[in-house]
Amino acid sequence: MNKCAERLYNGLVKENPTFVLMLGMCPTLAVTTSAINGIGMGLSTTAVLVMSNMLISMLRKVIPASVRMPAFIVVVASFVTIVDFLMAGFVPGLYKSLGLYIPLIVVNCIILGRAESYASKNPVLPSIFDGIGMGLGFTVGLTAIGIVRELLGAGEVFGIRVMPQSYEPLTIFVLAPGAFFVLACLVALQNKVKANLEKKGKKVPVSSGCGEGCSACASKGICGGHLAENEPHHEETNVKEEEEA
Amino acid sequence: MQELLLIAVGAAFVNNVVLSQFLGICPFLGVSKNVKTAAGMGGAVVFVITIASFVTGLIYKFILGNPKILGGELQYLNTIVFILVIAALVQFVEMFLKKVMPPLYNALGVYLPLITTNCAVLGVALTNVQNGYYEKGVGIGLLTGVVNGFATAAGFFVAIVLMAGIREKIEHNNVPEAFKGTPIVLVTAGLMAIAFCGFSGLI
Repeated sequence: MNKCAERLYNGLVKENPTFVLMLGMCPTLAVTTSAINGIGMGLSTTAVLVMSNMLISMLRKVIPASVRMPAFIVVVASFVTIVDFLMAGFVPGLYKSLGLYIPLIVVNCIILGRAESYASKNPVLPSIFDGIGMGLGFTVGLTAIGIVRELLGAGEVFGIRVMPQSYEPLTIFVLAPGAFFVLACLVALQNKVKANLEKKGKKVPVSSGCGEGCSACASKGICGGHLAENEPHHEETNVKEEEEA
Repeated sequence: MQELLLIAVGAAFVNNVVLSQFLGICPFLGVSKNVKTAAGMGGAVVFVITIASFVTGLIYKFILGNPKILGGELQYLNTIVFILVIAALVQFVEMFLKKVMPPLYNALGVYLPLITTNCAVLGVALTNVQNGYYEKGVGIGLLTGVVNGFATAAGFFVAIVLMAGIREKIEHNNVPEAFKGTPIVLVTAGLMAIAFCGFSGLI
């Protein structure tokens, strides 16, 4: 399979950051009050991810290993600042509803995680496509959660009324507790699917995020993965799966 | 004084950092398996956020937002400078504690490096600027920032310790197979968020 297409498929389906890896939970819970917010957050994260992957991949032979984390953070923070100002200028409405979470893209696990585990070891073009794939995967995840919450909580999708007039909106789904409930159901569904797959003897990608240990966490480089006892390395598991396929 | 108290109660309970702002979800889900480690993590977060809001406050007041330097135009560097300062600060705090206060280091040590990318720290630093706390005089501005930081972190402490207490009980419950692990924790967090909604009438 073509390397770039494989990267897109990997980000969108096989290692989808929201549904499979459970990365970047803070924005996932916070901004998905409506579908449009989900798309906005997803696309701005994608933009940052693609740019930072590209630059980090270009600089991968220049940055010394010992200072790579601060270097990555500076690169990511610069792009986040650019995106922050562009959004404030061109889409002020969306910018206002996403608020604090735009500058907080800096500390999103997905971005530093991809920089550390992919872009710093691979050539520029696959890194760009890795960024696009992961970013779009994240966008799809956020939008899907946003649609569910908006549908249940306001009876609308993308601001258009779809539920019948007699439907009484469950306002709690657009409030803070609803975010937790929707995500809980999502993870439960994921557990169910995984259990079924394992029963059939198929290999299941490792879920990560701090809830599951440090394996794919961005801060691993900084924190040294204190909580991780045995961490499966991501790219290695990838390679194995490809060989089997 | 009254204003400070309102800010503190607002940051700790009404707009609880985890349950209504969704910052610091990772440690909240990951390090809440038992009360002791949760309290350690919470303590470390209180420590780091309080110091970080003071230091970022100083930097903002005297360099980034200082009208004498480029007319205060340096504000666009907020995000970049704050995240780097926080990352460096955590390292320094760790070294300092190791040398000067070994008992405290033993209690918080493991958790300190984990906090660097805890979005609550950067979140508080940025909120302090956005809410215009530093527009006031030097002393009162910094004090407001630190109070807001401390209260936010105290809210995190309360939430993570409560969560750990509940999780210890859940261990003995009969949870449906698919909901074991993270899902039941999220459901619990949702119920706690509903409870915390009750504080919204306070202010």
